[in-house]
Amino acid sequence: MSASSSRNWDRRSVLRATAGLAALGPLAACGGNTGREGGGSSGKGLVQYFHAYGEAGTQEAIKRYAKAYDEARVTTQWITGTNFESKLFSALLTDNAPDVFEFHPQLQLIKSGQVAPLDDILGPVKDDFNPADITSHTVDGKVYGVRMIDDPQFFFYRKSLLDKAGLRVPQTLEELAEAADKLTTDKVKGLFLGNNMVATNYALVWAAGADQLNDKNEIAYHTDDVAAALRVYRRMFTSGHLLLDAPADYWDPSALVQGLTAIQWCGMWAMPAMQKALGDDLGIFPFPSAASGAKPAVYNGGWSMFVNAKGKNVDLAKEYVKWLWIDQKKYQEDWALSYGFHIPPRTSLAASATKLKSGLPAEGVKLFTDYGRFDNISWTQAMITALEEVIANSVRKGMDPEKALDAADVKVDRELKKLFG
Amino acid sequence: MSTTTTRDTTRPAPAEVTKARPRRGVRGSTLNFWIFTGPFLIGLVIFVYIPIGWSVWLSFFEARYTVTPDKFIGFDNYELMLTNGDFTGSLVTFTVFAAIIVPVTWALSLGLALMVHRLRFMKAFFRSVFFLPTACSFVAASLIWKMSIFSGVRFGMMNTVLGWFGAENIAWLADPDPPWYWLVIVSVRLWLQAGFYMILFLAALQNIPPVLYEAAAIDGARPGWQTFRHITLPQLRATSTAVILLLLVAAYQAFDEFFNLLAKTTWGRPPLVELYYTALGDDQDYGAGSAGAVVLTLLICMVTLLQGRFLGFGKGDESR
Repeated sequence: MSASSSRNWDRRSVLRATAGLAALGPLAACGGNTGREGGGSSGKGLVQYFHAYGEAGTQEAIKRYAKAYDEARVTTQWITGTNFESKLFSALLTDNAPDVFEFHPQLQLIKSGQVAPLDDILGPVKDDFNPADITSHTVDGKVYGVRMIDDPQFFFYRKSLLDKAGLRVPQTLEELAEAADKLTTDKVKGLFLGNNMVATNYALVWAAGADQLNDKNEIAYHTDDVAAALRVYRRMFTSGHLLLDAPADYWDPSALVQGLTAIQWCGMWAMPAMQKALGDDLGIFPFPSAASGAKPAVYNGGWSMFVNAKGKNVDLAKEYVKWLWIDQKKYQEDWALSYGFHIPPRTSLAASATKLKSGLPAEGVKLFTDYGRFDNISWTQAMITALEEVIANSVRKGMDPEKALDAADVKVDRELKKLFG
Repeated sequence: MSTTTTRDTTRPAPAEVTKARPRRGVRGSTLNFWIFTGPFLIGLVIFVYIPIGWSVWLSFFEARYTVTPDKFIGFDNYELMLTNGDFTGSLVTFTVFAAIIVPVTWALSLGLALMVHRLRFMKAFFRSVFFLPTACSFVAASLIWKMSIFSGVRFGMMNTVLGWFGAENIAWLADPDPPWYWLVIVSVRLWLQAGFYMILFLAALQNIPPVLYEAAAIDGARPGWQTFRHITLPQLRATSTAVILLLLVAAYQAFDEFFNLLAKTTWGRPPLVELYYTALGDDQDYGAGSAGAVVLTLLICMVTLLQGRFLGFGKGDESR
């Protein structure tokens, strides 16, 4: 070894080089894991975001569908926990944003240019979709998002417990409160509205004859009947007849199945699990009327596929969405009916779904048809939070409902001004 | 013998050598300084100073669903955060939390340290037992507390115990009146952090010279409370001050247990949770979130300065 090279690689030099490399290591690691894998046969890759569904087999199903797509390698991020929205919104601001993702129709996604219109892929089959689903995804004549499933939410109850207590199915909110009272024992609570009681807030507003927003996108939830319904909720909360702090929340069937409650708010997705555990001792009814002359309410939740308009592969992402959620009817049927029960948004698929044609599932479909209300695309995430805070403040904290609604008005008005000027 | 020394011996003028050596030394030291600190300084600038600057910049803009806004709105975000009540309420939550958790953790960790210090057998075992919860994550512990110990159903551990005495089930986290949620939040943090501070106190206890206790005994001091008050506690002053400071910093950073235990509430939100909901949660308002972060930073700076003044931090020995 030459003197020169000896001097270049003395102890200090090696130490400096090592220190420098060690320091650069963490910097190099930043942004390394994008969730994107190499790419399929075509060398192209897509990333899709899904929240974690509770029904067994759903994650495997989504990955199986993705694997069957030949044009690109599709990587699935299956996001567990309760903050799917936060993770999605944050990711959409970065270069590692998903190419396609599931979510609910919301105007702020469109206003901020985060989702692409999908008329070009939806156009030929638009008439085959539930018209309410198309309306709830339409802004200025363009359709954003392809509905994957419709999820009606209503009350499930143990028939035997109501019979034993000499109760009929509640027809009004007052009767629901009375049923909760009579069904409560030292072992079983009468009613489960979810741990934080926000799951029913849409239904409560609708059943009180109001709406979130009117046709002019003005506040429509702040009415005397809604305030009165909130007072009934408060009475139920303080009575000790509600199941609170359950290990699993309203979306999981375990509260009813484990005998913790006699009546539970939940979605049709949980119907197979409930039927398996309770057999015929299971009935359903909509959120009962909460004001004179007002109709009962069923919330038609669900999930839709959106394409990230700022993504690197918008056209490919659209092709993938078209392939999976428009062309592949076998996968759509599998997704809607093989794990939990969901109503396919495609009219042709819903009509041929034999599992939904009889018994309790058919009753669920009827409630969906008769009383179902869909998402309002102008009702955004911040407004959702504002209405949830009304439940927290007036029902759980004891604030006067009028004051709680006033506080929500300020926040919702601020949002409306930003969206519509 | 080093190369430098060999070279030095060949030079005729010792005076030049003495001048040259420090010059090369300074240059070498400077180079080493930048090699070792440079990468970390770059990291600090990229991951700390630029985000802070960016956050301050964002706080003057309408930044909904974007971190590259173009609509300047002056102090509107500050006005929003300071007037809507949610952010100021979070500061009250923090104050209540700090007022409970700091003295209780201090007392418990000191108590554990005194107990373990006096043990004559199985000392290492108990030291490990009390320290082990430190290794558990706040998220995991919060979920255990929420779903098992403080579950509101009849088979929740605490409700089972209450049931033995004929008491009704308690919805520990659902009902803010009475505010049982504080018991859940404080107990989980106590379990997680008391062991760590116990170790600090243990180390401090072992540093107290036994001769002090012997001298006190000769002077007639009774063992127990009198010795603890007049010998042990004053000797632990420096450690106690450090522990209180660390506890206060940890209280400012409280997030995980509040976030995981209290969902969809309008109460029990310390500042970091409130800022999370504003900036990264449903609101996605990076402008308002940044304004809140700036206010919180200024507040922390103020508290730190006041703390330094009252607790004597920043004063050298010469000033005592």
